[in-house]
Amino acid sequence: MSEKGRSSPLGQMSYLGQSVPRLGAKAAVAGRGRYTDDIQLPRMLHAAFVRSPYAHARIVDIDLAAARRHEGIHLVLSGRELAQRVTGPWVGTLSCFAGMKSAPQYPMAVERACWAGEPVAIVVGRTRAAAEDAAELIRIDWQELPAIAEKRAALAPHAPVIHAELGDNLAFRKAIDTGDVESAFAGADLVVEETFEFARHTGVSLEPRSLLATYDKATGKLTIITSSQCPHMIQRVFAETLGIPDHNVQIIAPDVGGSFGLKIHTYGDEVATVAAAIELGRPVKFIADRLESFVSDIHARENSVTARIAVKRSGEILGFDVDVLSGAGAYSQYPRTSVFEANQILNVTGGPYRHRHYRGRASVVYLNKAPSSQYRAVGHPIGNAVGEHLVDQAAYRLGIDPIEMRRRNVFADDAYPSLSASGIKLKDLSHQRCLDLLVRRMRYDELRREQDEMRLAGIQRGIGIALFIKGTSPGPLGYYGSGGAPISLQDACVIKLEPNGGVICAVGVTEQGQGTNTIMGQIAAGALGVPIEAVRVISGDTDAVPYGGGTFGSRAAAIGGEAVLQAARALKEEILAIASELLQADPARLEIVDGSVVDAAGTRRLPLAEIGRICHFQLGELPAGRQPVLSHTRRFRLVEDLYIFANGVHGAYVEIDTDTGFVRLLQHWVVEDCGRLINPQLADEQVRGGCVQGIGGALYEHLIYDAAGQLSNGTLADYLVPMAAEMPEIDVAHVETPSSLSELGAKGVGESGTGAAPAAVMNAVNDALRPFAARVTSQPITPETVLVALGKI
Amino acid sequence: MGGEESMPIRLTVNGEAVTHVVPVRQHLVDFLRGTLGFTGTHVGCEHGVCGACSLRVDGVLVRGCLMLAVQADGAEVVTIEGLDASGEIADLQQAFVERNALQCGFCTPGMLMAAAELLRAGEQKTRAAIREHLAGNFCRCTGYHAIVDAVSATLERRAHAGGKRV
Repeated sequence: MSEKGRSSPLGQMSYLGQSVPRLGAKAAVAGRGRYTDDIQLPRMLHAAFVRSPYAHARIVDIDLAAARRHEGIHLVLSGRELAQRVTGPWVGTLSCFAGMKSAPQYPMAVERACWAGEPVAIVVGRTRAAAEDAAELIRIDWQELPAIAEKRAALAPHAPVIHAELGDNLAFRKAIDTGDVESAFAGADLVVEETFEFARHTGVSLEPRSLLATYDKATGKLTIITSSQCPHMIQRVFAETLGIPDHNVQIIAPDVGGSFGLKIHTYGDEVATVAAAIELGRPVKFIADRLESFVSDIHARENSVTARIAVKRSGEILGFDVDVLSGAGAYSQYPRTSVFEANQILNVTGGPYRHRHYRGRASVVYLNKAPSSQYRAVGHPIGNAVGEHLVDQAAYRLGIDPIEMRRRNVFADDAYPSLSASGIKLKDLSHQRCLDLLVRRMRYDELRREQDEMRLAGIQRGIGIALFIKGTSPGPLGYYGSGGAPISLQDACVIKLEPNGGVICAVGVTEQGQGTNTIMGQIAAGALGVPIEAVRVISGDTDAVPYGGGTFGSRAAAIGGEAVLQAARALKEEILAIASELLQADPARLEIVDGSVVDAAGTRRLPLAEIGRICHFQLGELPAGRQPVLSHTRRFRLVEDLYIFANGVHGAYVEIDTDTGFVRLLQHWVVEDCGRLINPQLADEQVRGGCVQGIGGALYEHLIYDAAGQLSNGTLADYLVPMAAEMPEIDVAHVETPSSLSELGAKGVGESGTGAAPAAVMNAVNDALRPFAARVTSQPITPETVLVALGKI
Repeated sequence: MGGEESMPIRLTVNGEAVTHVVPVRQHLVDFLRGTLGFTGTHVGCEHGVCGACSLRVDGVLVRGCLMLAVQADGAEVVTIEGLDASGEIADLQQAFVERNALQCGFCTPGMLMAAAELLRAGEQKTRAAIREHLAGNFCRCTGYHAIVDAVSATLERRAHAGGKRV
């Protein structure tokens, strides 16, 4: 389905562009996946937590005696007692966000709980049931305090301040001002302004957060098996917080049952569990149940946006003006902060277009709710929904077709490198080709005719288009690297030739089912010239892999993959040098094909198994000057760029029932450009899954809090997630513009679906509602939202 | 706060006779996973919504989190491990792998259990009907499209193999 053939410098990499099946899939379909909760260790205990029932309340007294006396209980700790066992509180700020502030946070509430669900006490027992029984015996005398649950109230003049030492509830404020926005808007032929609401939602990985810690008191070695995307980051966090040297902490991420960004953070209950394991010298397991997941996993997306667009009669976009009010939780999440969502909204709104006047302002405020932070496609679903809605409204008001409107304004495919009005470097994008391909795949004109015919029959259908840019694979000069967080923006590969000619490829990036290990194997096998079966990829174990940032920000393929490519080339170079000595041949005339060294005539001269055998066991056959290494490490980081940007376009086709307000998704299309396509099938499925996650936020998902800060729908029965019956078929196609920032040329693909699907769906709904002069600008777009827009309720 | 009142149960799990004393409040899925080590059955919500713990009990698809272990006394229980060993859904498993109809794999055993029920009915289904049938199984990764492809392809292959018209 790729637009372009795969060509030149990597042409010899025979596995690039092939849909190699994932190895892990075979284990999973047999029920032999191995997730954290599947692992039992001898003398293992189980942790349960008491969580704050109040959004904001002082702990006047806490009585743990009855819980401690309960049969089968080994340890009970209050937040205050735990605080004495850690090196200090953490503070979720990054120095790159100037002026940002957050209160010090301990793993469990010490004298005050600041959100309903904050852990207050840990109980460790022989079974989870026993621990939960004992937890119920803990008596806490609470003094309720005023709670802030609504973000506009947070900055009101006499609003209660959640953390007095901060002075107010403001976490961060940011402004971008490019060009001359006032003049551009004053001189525009048309200005469209709109306000938008995006509801708080959360990741809902099907496997909840899971951790099993064990501490060897004799050696001081701490081993933590946990469902994590970023083993090295969390190694540093646990080491720092618990006062154990990093190198004595092993993090093992076994199979990870979904993560989507929610498993890249520091969670107090997990720290408490590890502290308990250290104290007891016994393995302690904590598996969040679904109810506590809803109130303790990071939340995301709670933003109000007021935005306007200035356009000329010709359709030319002059500028955007965007004002964001973002609702964080009670603390800024450590170590990635809770302000990225607002920051990214400012970065990407209107990003596909070459306007020159841009003003973006964002305020992030603290609320007595669970902390918010990075969740798949951080900020992009919002920035894209806002920007693309305004472009659509402007197009319709000017009588220009939405596709044509976009064609007139996108950066031309040959205009890169360019700088967006928000100040971002853009390279190697392909909006024009993506639009052309989308129009063909959607049969856009035909679909418009069908829409018209349906309208005559009283059926209201809508077509929505949404272009996007997506920041992927962040570089160290950006936020984390310069902000002081223990997050590595480089990634690494150690590749080794084994005695049998097999290849071990250990990588710092991690696998959560997206196929990281498979594509790393494809890159290694291709670059080395061995069959893919000869390569085993190891990830997710800090004792076995080189230091890496792990998987977040759609970075595994582009950053980790480049490290693999370079490491494999280094290994190949050494193998050929050894072969040339053994064969008395010019290394430049040797090549590795299908696991054997071949000469210029293509004749098999020396299998890698033979080289492996000689270099490990028959070293006497080597020349005196040769000390074989056969283990090569390479690292890769972006040097100057903030991100490797990917781009693409979504199309949505929906039908609205104007009596019930129900939105039916008829079909969805995506054309995206993730650069060099390594495994088309895996890329397609990342896009499809991402779309549905985005659609969840657009139509269903909403953590509903009441005025007192109580979550009122924290069960999977009440919090709606997308299920099979409501989801559309999703057509995926690719344009392939390799990134110029690496030799591999890959860009991230994991978040593209989530980042733009909500924009396309909202535009499609509004297209369907157009004959009624109604529109929706809040998500989720529930039946009620639609009926309100139609004036029916 | 009843603590650990227990009862003996006898049942068949994946064809093997099992006798055990279980806490009366223990869910079937926790017994299968924690006590017997059949960890292929997963726990996603513990309130009967997500379908990750889907099992076959006396031939019927049930939620392992909504049934107590003591309720399975005398029953015949089949988990994903049993389905895998019997070869009953080998073609479906193969289709899931080929079509990449799973990512993290956490929902997959439950999804296969639910799809197996559809295969047993032996009729070709539309994609919409397949989606309807799987609507009780939450998958956060795939977006469902590939799962529907895999189930649909398996139904089709079986219909061909059985000489039925598709």
